[in-house]
Amino acid sequence: MMNKPKEMNELLLILIFSAVVLTMPIWLSPLGAAYPDLLQKFAIFGVFAIGYNILFGLTGYLSFGHAAFLGVGSYTAVWSFKLLSMNVLPAVMFSVVLAGLFAAVIGFVSLRRSGIYFSILTLAFAQMSYNLAYSVLTPITNGETGLQLAKEDPRILDSAVVDGLPSTNFFGIELQGFSGFYFCAAFLILGFIIALRIFRSPFGLKLRAIKTNQTRMRYTGFSTRPYLLTAFVISGMYAGLAGALMACTDPLAGAERMQWTASGEVVLMTILGGVGTLFGPLLGVGIIKYFENIFSAINEQALHAIFDFLPTWLEEFMVLITHPFVGEGWHLTLGLLFMLTVAFLPGGVMEGIDYIKKKMSSKDTDETEGTSTTKTAEEGSSS
Amino acid sequence: MSNSKNGSSCSRRTVLKSGAAITAASTMPMFYVKDAWAAKDFRNNPGNASTVKFGFNVPQSGPYADEGADELRAYKLAVKHLNGEGDGGMLNTMKPLSLKGNGVLGKKVEYVTGDTQTKSDAARASAKRMIEKDRVVMYSGGSSSGVAIAQQSLAQEMGVIFMCGLTHSNDTTGKDKRRYGFRHFFNAYMSGVALGPVLEKEYGKERRAYHLTADYTWGWTQEESIKNTTEGLGWETVKTVKTPVGAGDFSQYITPVLNSGADVLILNHYGKDMINSLTQAIQFGLRDKQVNGKDFQIVVPLFSRLMAQGAGENIKGILGSTGWNWALSDAGSQAFVKSFGQEYGFPPSQAAHTCYVQTLLYANACEMAGTFYPPEVIKQLEDFEFDGMGNGKTLYRGADHQCFKDVLVVRGNQNPSSQFDLLEIVQEVPRSKFEYDPAIFGGELGPYEV
Amino acid sequence: MFLYRNQNKNKCRDMDTILLQLLNGLDKGGAYALIALGLTLVFGTLGVVNFAHGALFMLGAFCAVSFNKLLTLSKKVKDESITFFDAYKEQPYLEIWLGDTGTTIIDWSVPLSILIAIPVMLLIGLAMERGLIRHFYKRSHAEQILFTFGLAIVLQEIVKSVFGANPIPTPAPDIVSGSANLGAALGLGDNLVYPWWRLIYLMFSAVIIAGVFAFLKLTTFGMVVRAGIHDKETVGLLGINIERRFTIVFGLAAVVSGLAGVMYVPVLPPDYHLGMDFLVLSFVVVVVGGMGSLEGAVAAGFLLGILQSFCSLNEIKAIIPGIDQIIIYLVAVVILLVKPRGLMGKKGVMED
Repeated sequence: MMNKPKEMNELLLILIFSAVVLTMPIWLSPLGAAYPDLLQKFAIFGVFAIGYNILFGLTGYLSFGHAAFLGVGSYTAVWSFKLLSMNVLPAVMFSVVLAGLFAAVIGFVSLRRSGIYFSILTLAFAQMSYNLAYSVLTPITNGETGLQLAKEDPRILDSAVVDGLPSTNFFGIELQGFSGFYFCAAFLILGFIIALRIFRSPFGLKLRAIKTNQTRMRYTGFSTRPYLLTAFVISGMYAGLAGALMACTDPLAGAERMQWTASGEVVLMTILGGVGTLFGPLLGVGIIKYFENIFSAINEQALHAIFDFLPTWLEEFMVLITHPFVGEGWHLTLGLLFMLTVAFLPGGVMEGIDYIKKKMSSKDTDETEGTSTTKTAEEGSSS
Repeated sequence: MSNSKNGSSCSRRTVLKSGAAITAASTMPMFYVKDAWAAKDFRNNPGNASTVKFGFNVPQSGPYADEGADELRAYKLAVKHLNGEGDGGMLNTMKPLSLKGNGVLGKKVEYVTGDTQTKSDAARASAKRMIEKDRVVMYSGGSSSGVAIAQQSLAQEMGVIFMCGLTHSNDTTGKDKRRYGFRHFFNAYMSGVALGPVLEKEYGKERRAYHLTADYTWGWTQEESIKNTTEGLGWETVKTVKTPVGAGDFSQYITPVLNSGADVLILNHYGKDMINSLTQAIQFGLRDKQVNGKDFQIVVPLFSRLMAQGAGENIKGILGSTGWNWALSDAGSQAFVKSFGQEYGFPPSQAAHTCYVQTLLYANACEMAGTFYPPEVIKQLEDFEFDGMGNGKTLYRGADHQCFKDVLVVRGNQNPSSQFDLLEIVQEVPRSKFEYDPAIFGGELGPYEV
Repeated sequence: MFLYRNQNKNKCRDMDTILLQLLNGLDKGGAYALIALGLTLVFGTLGVVNFAHGALFMLGAFCAVSFNKLLTLSKKVKDESITFFDAYKEQPYLEIWLGDTGTTIIDWSVPLSILIAIPVMLLIGLAMERGLIRHFYKRSHAEQILFTFGLAIVLQEIVKSVFGANPIPTPAPDIVSGSANLGAALGLGDNLVYPWWRLIYLMFSAVIIAGVFAFLKLTTFGMVVRAGIHDKETVGLLGINIERRFTIVFGLAAVVSGLAGVMYVPVLPPDYHLGMDFLVLSFVVVVVGGMGSLEGAVAAGFLLGILQSFCSLNEIKAIIPGIDQIIIYLVAVVILLVKPRGLMGKKGVMED
């Protein structure tokens, strides 16, 4: 979609994207997903996946350690709340900078290798961070319980006495519930705009060239490392931002955010949605988070309610066959979905959407195909 | 949606839409705040609805999945009894009792369930779903103290009461206590005090102890409490080693014990970890050893019948403490075991007991307060003294929200008379032995109104 | 005099400790090497990043569990000692029919299940390769990862729905459930004891590794496969049906990891998640050993096992706190930076 001559007007794209993101509380409510915590998760993991896609989607370097940057972001943010101020602005700034620095160090070492060796190096660094955060770094991370706010924290900038624990705020606006979502959504939109600019810049083009043929690039005397490192650091900063946003909406940082499964999750989200596409990773986020939060909570009681309209024997039957796939069994559905997607849509969900789009445009050859595709893309995240 | 044929109209509509969204964005926070606090008094007020919802957030995967499954059974049973179904269980024995068996305050009880995955983040996400989407008035669950503490602080932030399930760390009602969190289960300090005299009697005053400790809040406080007790007896602590939770193979931590000169191994592990580490310790022949002229001993400060079942033969003769056991002969315990056994075909575990009691206690407090408004319910629970729910007369201390009741010192049964008769009660330690000053663990409960 | 004796005793004790830790490392390494061996066979020959490999290990373990369950199919006998409610004791049919022989068979269920596990795992492996994996040889690694990860989840969930989420203890035969007093046998201190079953596991892994190597080095089949690892195209040009051989290799890999799982059951009661716990580790082992190098995988498995074991020594943790938690990854980083293709990696394998 991106390389077509008829690229959609950037401003229009941004406007549509913002509209869809900001109206999520409205159009997600029929799906039972319009409650603040899940909306926040959509936005936060959206930021994470967009950033990850800048590295993996453009350069093809498969990092298995991005959760480490997410964790660093979270810990930094909570420490900023504890030491400085409950205002989220310094927390976000410090998190992004620190995650960026951390990414620069790990990226500098890991990018000496490519292919599977690069993946294992990043994985090793992330697992080391996780294991240390869990054990000997307990004074900094509070181990398994997770780093939490305490009443006796210094908070030198706003140590006003409050009854109980203070909550995070953005210049007075408390960031719980829907305001927390809009705060995250603003960063999602900002992150999207930056990613869009990168995708369409000469820098993005160079990254793609590295993906297609690194050796040829090297032979032409072109040094790829600085470009790769820049992409790595940028995506690390996105991860740090996502970590900070997690802490802003819920001021607690747990070590399991850095575990390999968390890194794996963002990889799966990106591949599932469509690697290297602008919207694909966001679709992946939507699908996986929806499964994790909504599908996992459907128990037998709820199933009976869903199939209530059927005759009793059919209702029992439907509950019987659907039960293994929801509730505790939601992983099974997710696993099947992964398999089916790869088997039939190698480019992820986005390929399916492109396919539908092509069908559509062949039916009625209209000049507005770009617009309708994007719309389908966003609406697709609901299904 | 996608078949809009006219592009320009589409974009016009989206512009309109985004305009609407921006308006929504700017008004939403105010609207929300008003909605939640001013008009409705408190979060998730059931109002005039005919039902009220509880949330049960238990580990369905991870090292404590066993306990989680049993807890969920107990919760379901408690809901049944509250709604006046089944034989009523402890509703027949609890004193004082305000519940009428017609739900809570006349509202039928419903419930939602969630999986904590034994991870703080996942537990909080699941709890938030219950609070924000399912609008529960109370949520409850265990195991793992780390997870309980994380959920308890969420309860305070959200203004929804959390009744702790199985959590044994001193921090839960100590350093990390919260006004909106309550714990019926006993703690590591009590385990230490209860075990002390028995350890002295059985193993003497001159022992050298080696600790393997689960590396998180519960493990740390457990180790500290037992260390204080045993050092008080005159034992020497050779070494304390922290092991990662869910390590699986503990052999590399067990081999150094063999040559350490220690003659007691204290396993501060719980659930699957304890089953694995105990089994492996016994495979390494620790219990057949003689060190310093004494028989080598293993102590598991906290264990339950479920773990005894998992560890099989290996648990025989091992000393530990437990909160409750189905073999207790008081009327409350018997009523509970009877209805649980009839429902599921086996007796409940200590985790099931504490979760069942917690649900009833919360419902009873609402009934006493005449409202679901959390500050009033909290005030009813604080310093509430009750009987007929196992472990004798029990006090919910207001100063730290910790329950005080008798603790059992148990031993893995050498000659079980049935497949469930795995623990033999060595001693029932009365609560007066460990009624400590709440100040020793610090912490602050926080405000009633949030 | 007293001081001297004490020193001597300490020395002896240190010696024991080191030997014990070495044994422990070898025994861990045996498991790592077996899993990595299967993984690298698939990696090296088929070029597939198989995230479902851990699941094969787990399936092997559950072969042993199911066999045990099958043998202990029981008649329910009412338990009269429980008065509160109706409870039932279980008595295996095998014991009812065969008496003591039945008890012995049940006791030996884990080693016996090897006989069942070989054909079962071979079938699973062949079915997986023919039915699913085959279609993904030409796909990108990212797609292979997503697909095999999905497959692993599905297998895991199926096991979970059949056996539940809890670990299922399945003990070793009674005669080898204790520990061997190696110290007495070797004339060293009495403290040198090691569980029999872990020693058996170590020997078992050595036998399997030797068997796989013999198969690949001494048979024509193996030679073709090894040639295929180095240059798939040339072997194909020679008119050899490499694909059929690959199928067999996949089956072999499944059997090797399955057997590793079967024998692991008495060491660690398996649950449905066992495979995932070993997945990351086995990838690290394979990459440290060098992609496509069987010797490398085995060497790396033992190396990492021993290092992990030694780093858990209190004396070493006192110098570098937390080293026991990160040593495996630290070694992986160092080796990959010093030797770009791992310990024994060959040029050109999986380098794009």
